[in-house]
Amino acid sequence: MVPLSWYIVLSALMFSIGVFGFLSRRNLIIIFISIELMLNSVNISLVAFSHYLQSMRGQILVFFVITVAAAEAAIGLAILIAFYRNNPTIKVDEINLLKG
Amino acid sequence: MSTPQVLFAYFAVAMTILSLLVVTRRNPVHSVLWMLVLFIHIAALYLFLNAEFIAAIQIIIYAGAILVLFLFVIMLLNLRKEETEKRFQKQWLYSIAISVLFVFFLVLIVGNITVIPPPGPYTADVIKSEGHIMTVGKVLYSEFLLPFEIASLILLVAIIGAVVLAKKRIE
Repeated sequence: MVPLSWYIVLSALMFSIGVFGFLSRRNLIIIFISIELMLNSVNISLVAFSHYLQSMRGQILVFFVITVAAAEAAIGLAILIAFYRNNPTIKVDEINLLKG
Repeated sequence: MSTPQVLFAYFAVAMTILSLLVVTRRNPVHSVLWMLVLFIHIAALYLFLNAEFIAAIQIIIYAGAILVLFLFVIMLLNLRKEETEKRFQKQWLYSIAISVLFVFFLVLIVGNITVIPPPGPYTADVIKSEGHIMTVGKVLYSEFLLPFEIASLILLVAIIGAVVLAKKRIE
């Protein structure tokens, strides 16, 4: 039997790798992918808790997280395309229109 | 170590390496393809946790819809010349420090977490006798009916928003 804490540690590890990618990459698409990575690591911990507590609520929550992740990816990438049309770069350190 | 523990160790090591590959590749297409392998591993991990329905929608929605959306956007934006530039911002050292500190404290806090009984009614045998999709569906359509309807509204807003944001402005 695999202990619950292993799943939680794996989830924490993947989440922190996602945080690293989010904070350090220059490519906006890979920043989006890092957000998806973080959402997936949270899903792993939710399903693990759901299994060990023998409850269904964690898996229902994962269902909603996947719904919101799909909506977020669609909206985010649409904003990315709309931005790229005005200003053809996706490097986040060159996107500094709001910088004073 | 028993067999499930050995399998879990394989999945943990593979998923960590795959996550690192996803966030460090220069070419976004390579990143997305490593993400696909990672999603298949995550779906297999869900099967260990008796969540067949979640494993199926992980493959269908994440690998089938969201990653294809990413690939389409990478295709729409022509990024050939940007692949030769440097890939990290100048604060990358700080972000490594932040994520290492984050995982350190998280492991310190939840590193030996266990659940305290009483466990709920959905044991592995109950789920096996009833079928996982039926179990999920019963909970989803009774206890979580309102959030389920709100989720459909969120998807509708996402469809309309994506079309409105991404369409060309007609003069």
